Amino acid sequence: MPATLELRDIRKEYGGTEIIKGVSLTVAPSEFLVLVGPSGCGKSTLLRMIAGLEDISSGDLYFDDQLVNDWDPAKRRIGMVFQSYALYPHMTVEQNIGFGLKLAKKPRAEREARVEEALRVLQLTALRHHKPSQLSGGQRQRVAIGRAIVRKPNAFLFDEPLSNLDAALRGQMRMEIGRLHQRLKNTVVYVTHDQVEAMTLADRIVVLEGGVIRQVGTPMELYERPSNRFVAGFIGTPTMGFLEARLAAADGAGISVSIGGGEASKRVRLPFAAPAQQGDAPLTLGIRPEHGRICPADQALVFGDVIMLERLGADTFAFLDVEGAEDTVAVRLPHDHEAIAPGTRLGLTFDPQHCHLFAADGQAVAKIQP
Amino acid sequence: MTPAQRKRLPIRFALYALLALLSAIFIFPFLFMLASSLKGNDAIFADVESLRAVLPVGDLTLDNYSAVFQRGNIGHFLINSVIITVVTVALGLFVNSLAAYALARLEWRGKQAALVVLVVLLAVPLEAISVPMMLLVTKLPGLDFSEGIALTRSWLDTIYVQIIPFIANAFSIFLFYQFFRDIPKDFDEAAYIDGATPFQVYRHVIVPSSIPVFATVTILQGLAMWNQYLWPVITVPGEEARPLMIGMQQFFAARRVEWGEVMAYASVITVPILLAFIFFQRWFVRSVVGSGVKG
Repeated sequence: MPATLELRDIRKEYGGTEIIKGVSLTVAPSEFLVLVGPSGCGKSTLLRMIAGLEDISSGDLYFDDQLVNDWDPAKRRIGMVFQSYALYPHMTVEQNIGFGLKLAKKPRAEREARVEEALRVLQLTALRHHKPSQLSGGQRQRVAIGRAIVRKPNAFLFDEPLSNLDAALRGQMRMEIGRLHQRLKNTVVYVTHDQVEAMTLADRIVVLEGGVIRQVGTPMELYERPSNRFVAGFIGTPTMGFLEARLAAADGAGISVSIGGGEASKRVRLPFAAPAQQGDAPLTLGIRPEHGRICPADQALVFGDVIMLERLGADTFAFLDVEGAEDTVAVRLPHDHEAIAPGTRLGLTFDPQHCHLFAADGQAVAKIQP
Repeated sequence: MTPAQRKRLPIRFALYALLALLSAIFIFPFLFMLASSLKGNDAIFADVESLRAVLPVGDLTLDNYSAVFQRGNIGHFLINSVIITVVTVALGLFVNSLAAYALARLEWRGKQAALVVLVVLLAVPLEAISVPMMLLVTKLPGLDFSEGIALTRSWLDTIYVQIIPFIANAFSIFLFYQFFRDIPKDFDEAAYIDGATPFQVYRHVIVPSSIPVFATVTILQGLAMWNQYLWPVITVPGEEARPLMIGMQQFFAARRVEWGEVMAYASVITVPILLAFIFFQRWFVRSVVGSGVKG
C-alpha cells in the first residue's frame, strides 16, 4: 500500500552541528518526490532518516498518521536502493531478491512466487543464478530494485541510484524507473544531485541547500518560477545566466533597472514589482539560455566574448564572458550560427517578459502579471 | 622479455639466489628433524657436523618410530591435542568474530574504551600473566566427568583448563575487527531494511563475506593451540589430559636421551599441523581471489 509520508520540522545534529535544519514536508501516496541539491546539502541524510538508518534528532516523522520516529527500518516497511546497490556478493540474484522474504519467514511457495514476479518485471529471469560480480552495472541496479519491490513496501527510497552508471545506461535506467513507478504506483522518495534526473522523474522536486528546503514544486514550477537565486541556478542546463543590475525607477506598472556599468550602462524596463529592499542594493537579473538572444551591437544590452560552444546537435549554446557577470552566461544560438567561434564578441539582449529578478538577499522579486 | 627486463636479469638472479639461501636456512632444522628421526643416536652424532645431518643417508631405520608408538600414550596425547585445538579454534572463531562484529559494526557506549583495552591486550604475552592465571584456575571449582558429574576443587589436570582461557583471543579479535571494518556498511543497512537483526546481519552478510579472515584465524589460533607448551606444563601435571607437546618430556626422563626417538616424535606431532596448514592455505588463497570482485 502506498503510504503518505509526513515530515514535521525534522532536524539532525551531529556533535553540535545541525545538518538538517527543520524540514517539513508531506509526500502524497503514489507521489514521486525527488530531493535534489548539491553535495553536502543533507539530502541523503534526510532519506536515511526516513529509512530509519539515522536517528531523528528532533521533529516527527509519520507514515500514514503513525509516528515512526522510533521504529526499526524493517518495521517501517520501506524498500531502499543504495548508490552502491549493496547486493550481497555471496548470494545469487534470486537469493538477493528473496533475502528479505526469507528473513520475514514467508512460506516457501509465496516467497518463490514473489521472487519470480520481481524477476519477470525486471527482466532478470535469465540471470537468476548469477552472482552480482557476474552482472553489469545496469543489471545490478535492477537486482537492487528487485530486492526493494519484492517486499511490497510502503514506500521506495532511492539514494542516488544512477550515479555509478555511464551516461547512456543512466538515461535508460531513468526511463525504466519512471515506467516502474507508473506501473507500481508506489510512494517514492528519490535523492539525486542530478537535476536532469529530478526534472525527468519527479512529480514534485524538493531543492535542498545547507539542510534547508529552498523550494518545493513541480519540475516546471521550479524551472519557470524559481523562488530564489539558488534554485534558479540549480535547475536547468545550461544554467541560468546572471547579470548584475541596479534599480533605477519604479512605479505601479513595473520597474526600470540599469545593467552594465559606467558609460555602457543600459536601462531596461521590466514587469516586476518594486523589490522590498533599501536604497541602491544590487539586484540580479536571471536569463535562461533560451530567452537570451544575440543581436546587432546597436540593440545589445550587454556584450560578451564567446568562451566555448556546446553543441548538442539540436541546439548549440554559447557561453559568454560578460562584464558585470560573476559566471559565464549561456545563450542558445540560432541555427545560422556558423560565423560564431570562441573569441567572437557578441551583443546580447533578452525578452523582459521571460527574465527573472532577484533581490540582494537572493529572493525572487514578484513579477507583475500582464 | 623486454630490454628493460633483460637489463635487470642479474639483479633478479641475485634475488633468487638470496631467496634460495634463506629458504635453505629456514628449512634446515626441519630436514634435520626428519633425517635424524630415521637414524640411531650414534649416526646422528657422527653426521651432525656435515651436510649428511640433513640428508637421509647411512643406516636408516624406522625403529625410532616404532619406539615412539610403543611408549604408549602418543595416541592418547594426540586425541587430547586434537580436541583442545579443534574445540578452542571452533569456539574461538565464533566468540572472537562476534566480539569483532560488535566492535566494528555496532554503535554502543564504551566501544572506544573497549578498543583501547583490546590493543593493550595485544601487547601482553602469556608468560606475563601465566602465574596469576594459574593461581586463578587452581581455585576455580571445576567439573569431573570420569564418574558421572562431580564438582572438583580446581581446574588443574583437565582438558578444559587448556581450552577455556584461550577461546577469547585479542589478536584474533583484532584480525576480525580489521577485516569487518572494511566491509561496506551499505551491506548491513540493506540487510536491516530487509528486516535482519544484528545477529542475522552477522550470520548472513558479514560471515559469508569474510571467509579469508576466518581461514587466517583458523591457521594462527590452531597453530598456537597445537604448540601450547608453557601453560600445560604448569597446569597439567598428570597424563590423562596431557597434550602431544608435553609428551615430549617423557623422552628426556631416561638417563640417556635417544635423540632419534625425540626427532621421530617431533616429526609425528609436526606433520598433522603441517598438513592442516597446507590445506587451509590453499583455501585461503582461493577465497582471497574469490573476494577480489566487487558485489
